[in-house]
Amino acid sequence: MSRIELKDINKYYGDNHVLKDINLVIEDGEFMTLLGPSGCGKTTTLRVVAGLEKPQTGYMYMDDKEVINAKEAFYLAPGKRNLNLVFQSYALWPHMTVFNNVAFGLEVDNVPKKEIRERVKTALGRLKIDQFIDRYPSELSGGQQQRVAIARAIVSEPEVLLLDEPLSNLDAKLRVEMRSEIKRLHNELGTTIIYVTHDQTEALTMSSKIAVFFEGVLEQVAPPLELYQNPATVRVADFIGNPKINFVEGTAKAEESGLSVESIFGRRYFDKSDLTDEALKESRYDAVIGIRPELIEISETPVDDGIECTVYSVMPAGSETLVYLDVAGSERILAKLNGLVQYDMNQKVWLDLDPAGLNIFAKESGRLVKRAELEN
Amino acid sequence: MANSEQVEFSRKRRFKNRVKNVVQNPYNIMVLISVLLMIYLIVVPLGQMIKQTFTLAEQDAARIAGAKPGQFSFYYWKRVLVGSISDKMLWIPLKNSLIIAVFTSIFGVTLGSLFAWLMVRSDLPLKKFFSLALIVPYMLPSWCKAMAWLTIFKNDRVGGAQGFLGYLGMQTPNWLAYGPFAIITVLVIHYYAYAYLLVSAALSSINSELEEMGEILGASKARILTKITFPLVLPAILSALIMTFSKAMGTFGVPSILGLKIGYYTISTTMYNSIQNGQEKVAFVISLILIAIAALTVLLNQMAIGSRKSYSTIGGKGSRSNPIRLGKWRTVITVILFIFVILAVVVPIIILLYQSLMLEPGNYSFDNLTLHYWVGESVPTIDQGEPGIFKNPQFLKYVGNTVKLVVLTSIFATIFGQLIGYINSRGRNKASGKLVEQLVFIPYLIPSIAFGSMYLALFATAKKVEMFGYRVTLVPSLYGTFLILVLIAVVKNMPFASRAGTSNMLQISTELEEAAMIENAGFMTRFFRIVFPLSKGGMISGFMLVFISIMKELDLLVILMTPSQQTLPYMAYAYTTENLLQLSSAVTIVMFVLVFFVYWFANTFTDADITKGF
Repeated sequence: MSRIELKDINKYYGDNHVLKDINLVIEDGEFMTLLGPSGCGKTTTLRVVAGLEKPQTGYMYMDDKEVINAKEAFYLAPGKRNLNLVFQSYALWPHMTVFNNVAFGLEVDNVPKKEIRERVKTALGRLKIDQFIDRYPSELSGGQQQRVAIARAIVSEPEVLLLDEPLSNLDAKLRVEMRSEIKRLHNELGTTIIYVTHDQTEALTMSSKIAVFFEGVLEQVAPPLELYQNPATVRVADFIGNPKINFVEGTAKAEESGLSVESIFGRRYFDKSDLTDEALKESRYDAVIGIRPELIEISETPVDDGIECTVYSVMPAGSETLVYLDVAGSERILAKLNGLVQYDMNQKVWLDLDPAGLNIFAKESGRLVKRAELEN
Repeated sequence: MANSEQVEFSRKRRFKNRVKNVVQNPYNIMVLISVLLMIYLIVVPLGQMIKQTFTLAEQDAARIAGAKPGQFSFYYWKRVLVGSISDKMLWIPLKNSLIIAVFTSIFGVTLGSLFAWLMVRSDLPLKKFFSLALIVPYMLPSWCKAMAWLTIFKNDRVGGAQGFLGYLGMQTPNWLAYGPFAIITVLVIHYYAYAYLLVSAALSSINSELEEMGEILGASKARILTKITFPLVLPAILSALIMTFSKAMGTFGVPSILGLKIGYYTISTTMYNSIQNGQEKVAFVISLILIAIAALTVLLNQMAIGSRKSYSTIGGKGSRSNPIRLGKWRTVITVILFIFVILAVVVPIIILLYQSLMLEPGNYSFDNLTLHYWVGESVPTIDQGEPGIFKNPQFLKYVGNTVKLVVLTSIFATIFGQLIGYINSRGRNKASGKLVEQLVFIPYLIPSIAFGSMYLALFATAKKVEMFGYRVTLVPSLYGTFLILVLIAVVKNMPFASRAGTSNMLQISTELEEAAMIENAGFMTRFFRIVFPLSKGGMISGFMLVFISIMKELDLLVILMTPSQQTLPYMAYAYTTENLLQLSSAVTIVMFVLVFFVYWFANTFTDADITKGF
């Protein structure tokens, strides 16, 4: 059982305000990923949870137990929080064998020797590295060291497992393999996991929830699909998704039945049911339309409501084809099509847009005003 | 439920937690203890010394009309700076010291840097041999080389036995046998070792790719050397310069052996004389001037290097380096280096050995050889009846003293050095860490002989205060005890020991400790199971550094030494001043063998690296 709650956390390094009013709840058994570009505060948040950093203000609770109460200068020691951490650098003790590295925490807790041996073996077995039990970290490859670090973290059966960019030092192939491994581990152990990464693919594929950070601010917390389809702000939309989302500027006008948005895509109407509270606050404002490349369809013959454009370049990649298009002579947008598709350069084509899939943001606040309809 | 809007707030609990956070953090406790200790052992003595220079002593109060002992006065400062004898007491010795220090540092650092470049970057043959031979001078006290110098160049004008050249019928001029030329030469062949160690450490951390890039761009070897390599090691060269300068300013042994006989005084020998004549306060004034000069040079150094200091680690990643070919110069340079090693390293040792075997001083013929000074019983007609050193019960006692002092000092200095290194490395961004770093650096600024006189001022008499009805001894009277020798040796070596500790601790990533913290390991567990095992190699290096330095230490201890506490360097020095040169040589040889053996042992069986402390 472990529900983690962070409340009004603020952290400063000197004058540098690195965490700004962080409020985050992580439910028991959740796979929560903290995502954001480097320097956004995600690792600091993780270290606050671990107890390695003391925030200047705020509270933290694990279940109902108080862990941090900055106002009363109370910070529970890291070792007393029943959690464990896998460091980005692995932080394996170079002078200890794999066995000693993994057994260390159990020895500190005075677990009987026989039990230690068994538990270490189980943990190593679970990560398929039991054959390296007597090796030193320097005698292992990066991927094997990674597994030792994870084994060390899970051997004490912590309620919460923290992982700080654990895959960033691995090569691409190993990274994909470890992703599925960690996801399985989460499933088997049932522990709450907090996972820090700057890699959005990692976040989208592994997590049950993602918290996106920008410059010390927690911008959005949502399940991966929700985050992808309905990013709360332009910044999140821009950060999530590969290839990147297309942005087109337009003007939004509040109307009786909903919102109309004028842009190079023409004038489009959106029903009230898809709009957020902020959509109709002002009668007229600048808007940004976001459209995912894979939601764009191309027709070689004119279609109803189709938008005429020219092909700028085509990049086939086997399973998919990326097509750059010039709309209205000025805006360049990207479409992602399935399979191999061939167009000539400068060929005239028509875009077929489904208004349901569009995101609309208010330009000034950057906030989402029109949600895309979820397909599932 | 905890998510209530107003979480209850207790002032009492906050206070309790705050106190707990401070008290339970081992870092804070370590900082507190080390700051208190350093204030007590460094700042207070310095302050005490300053205060003394403004307080009239009893014997001087009589000289000033209406003055009372203990009264505040500029008397001593006036006496030293503008008095009738201030030329003799300060300005002439100061000029001499400056000349010696400037020339020694220029020549010493040039020589050391050249050797370092040859050893690290060129394809010089026999590197293994040279790398050992070139640091032997560092193991031999500087004044031993002064003795060797005298043995060769001494002339009959000053009295005592003649030198080797005199024996061969060549009368050496005074300027060659004694004075600035002799002192500078001897100091250069001693202090180049510091520059050599510092610059070679910097050079080996430079990635050879930086030089290869220059080669690819078509630069000549000379151009690469002056435009790439030299600027990169400039910070190391500058700090070697400062270190040599400040050491040469304060050095006592060499100028006392090679200067006093012809009345050539330096600041340190003047200071020693003043103390011997009961003029401590005058000596303190001179000490403070010496400290000010040292502080000024360090300040200049920091201004000159400033942010460029970080150069030395840039590109430290590449350990692979392709040596630069010396081509046709290879043989010539090797021969020159050989000659240098013979003159600076082999000859002094052989002279000392030969001297210890001469029955009658000054007679260099083979039939004059004897083992009397090593194993002979006391003969009343030879050296006032002093027996050979191995028959001398005093000698064994002094060996015991030395070993005791060296071992205790090295152990304590290493432990404290590592602990302070821990504070420095973990508190790099904290005010507390910086404070400790600054405090521990102070002894570096204070020349050894001044440091000795400072401790003499503080610990000569006990100081007690009345506290809650009890007499509490604030400063015990330690003069004449063994403890004060250990204390001063530890404190004086702290800058080096702690620097070795810092570089050692910086190699241990904080994450390794944090990983243990998360496993609920307390500070002691973390220290003994993680930090300590990982820092062993560096600790031995730090130990070696202190060991060698104390083993040959004279300047620091000479003022505080009492007959029963004597160490080998002091014994050798005392024999020299009594003109018992054979005995002195024999003692020196024993000392050298001890240092060399320990160095060889550490180098062979551990991964010690004495360059770490620089």
